[in-house]
Amino acid sequence: MKQFRCLRCGLLALCLLPLASCGSSSGPGGGPTLKVFNWGDYIDPEVTALFTQETGIKVIYTMFDANEDMYTSIRASGGVSHDVVIPSDYMIRKMINEDMLRTIDLDNVPNYALIDDRFKNLDFDPQNEYSVPYMWGTVGIAYNTTMVDEPIDSWTALWDTRYQKNIFMMDSVRDSLGITLKMLGYSMNTKNGAELEEAYNKLVEQKPLVLAYIGDEVKDKMIAGEAALAVVYAGDAITISEQNPDIAYVIPREGSNLWVDSMCILKTSENPEAAEAFINFMCSTPIALRNWEYINYSSPQKEVIAQMPEELQNSSARNPSAEELARCEVFEDLSQTTQYYEDLWTRLIGA
Amino acid sequence: MSRRLRLTAAPYALYALVFIAAPLLLILYYSLTTGQGATLSLDNFRRFFDFNDTVYLRVLWRSLWIAGVSTAICFVLGYPMAYILSRMKARTRNIVSFLFILPMWMNFLLRTYAWMTLLERTGVINTALKSVGLPSLEIMYTTGAVILGNVYNFLPFMILPIYTSLTKIDRNLIEASEDLGAGRAVTFFRVIFPLSFPGIMSGLTMTFMPAVTTFIISKLLGGGQNALIGDLIEKQFKVAGDWGFGSAMSVILMVLILLSMNALSRYEKENAGGGLM
Repeated sequence: MKQFRCLRCGLLALCLLPLASCGSSSGPGGGPTLKVFNWGDYIDPEVTALFTQETGIKVIYTMFDANEDMYTSIRASGGVSHDVVIPSDYMIRKMINEDMLRTIDLDNVPNYALIDDRFKNLDFDPQNEYSVPYMWGTVGIAYNTTMVDEPIDSWTALWDTRYQKNIFMMDSVRDSLGITLKMLGYSMNTKNGAELEEAYNKLVEQKPLVLAYIGDEVKDKMIAGEAALAVVYAGDAITISEQNPDIAYVIPREGSNLWVDSMCILKTSENPEAAEAFINFMCSTPIALRNWEYINYSSPQKEVIAQMPEELQNSSARNPSAEELARCEVFEDLSQTTQYYEDLWTRLIGA
Repeated sequence: MSRRLRLTAAPYALYALVFIAAPLLLILYYSLTTGQGATLSLDNFRRFFDFNDTVYLRVLWRSLWIAGVSTAICFVLGYPMAYILSRMKARTRNIVSFLFILPMWMNFLLRTYAWMTLLERTGVINTALKSVGLPSLEIMYTTGAVILGNVYNFLPFMILPIYTSLTKIDRNLIEASEDLGAGRAVTFFRVIFPLSFPGIMSGLTMTFMPAVTTFIISKLLGGGQNALIGDLIEKQFKVAGDWGFGSAMSVILMVLILLSMNALSRYEKENAGGGLM
């Protein structure tokens, strides 16, 4: 059943998106309502009901499948349709810059103390004013050990002609260009035209080897053994390897992307107290554990990390070592250069 | 038009104004803006028709080509089917046309997902082929898969209007043709086929239009490597956030479709008759 989960959630997200704009601050039955906007398949489905049980606040839960999607949807609705959103690092920076987020009163979020110090004072929110970390992880290669000749440890494997039409890339410009830049020894956040052009040419060279540029479906595809290599988020690699033990995950030696998805409150929120209560609830250890077990991504919670079974402590998908993390970069907001990235991507898939 | 008729038409007029005219005007307006201030300009159109950077024109050409091939295949498959259907006894005809419409009760997206599980390497078709010792087929993530998805999803839109116009043909005309000594082939090509033209025309437009604007089929079955114009439009709205350029591409597509429908309707007037459009 689990195999169909991402498909179902995707469809659900499609059905729910238009509904998001119909929500009002008090639900149909009266009483306070909180509108939460999160990634698809990114919460234990029972958690919102538990929150309602505990606080009496109804939750209207909607989903998106990319940061840009979420951003456009909030912009289009003027923000009134949501209270809590859970974007990633660079998007949080962009939203802070555009004055879309509200400062969070950490006095109302006592469970913030449970968050590991490694995930505080990050570049996108240096004073921890706007965001509370929810999940984090890396980007790497998931590979089917029965379909490759030797263990994979470099992005260059994705350019290896032996794996022609056996490679899934991400249908996302930041990730695909980012790993190529890393392979070439550049920063994932470069705004240097020559470096970007070089990375773009690499991707053009790689295109005949790629089976498809895809999104969430990569999980189902890799479980089924559709291809040898895929660029995936660490958490997805764990989901895949639970269903197909032949799958291994590696953070390539050239380094990769470290991302943090954090909970934020929109400036337009009509119910910021409920939003803070929700964020605090999500940070409580039992709920954080539930979500962590369901989603499979890495948790920034000290307690959750401490309670992980020992074999997971050493898994580079679940808990990458300090040395592996040192090679990783967090995405920054590219501001004006975003357009250039998008143009390169259009040229790649339109060629 | 009587006063009463005008009154009963009012809800439709209002509907058309709010849900058809207003969005079209909005799209037209957006297509003339670039996000920098409220000044109107043709920059978005210039960007599309930039002959130094022809990526958008090439994508448009690919979309037209794939939609054209899909429509042609739909016609070749659809016409005989519609013909056979129109010749059936009422009872069998109802059952068969019901079977044609049945898959359309299911969501379009789900039907396309179903094709993924059929076509992929570890999918139903390839597993079956392998089990009898045949080599597997590499259909998934090719242009062929996109065309297949188009044909499968839009074939009913070809069959139904042709079928309607075929059943409308006066039997007496066919009998007259036969009485006057024309063979079955001559009767078909000189009487039946020309009389079914209106149906063919609406079938062609009804198939071509969704095929040229699709984005989900090319994404799911094409693997996102050969973007169609629909993919680019979707990306402008959802990812790049450039509504102006997205609207401009929609306008260009709409103008193209309008022009071709206009050409078709001129044809239709010469061959007056019913049809869906």
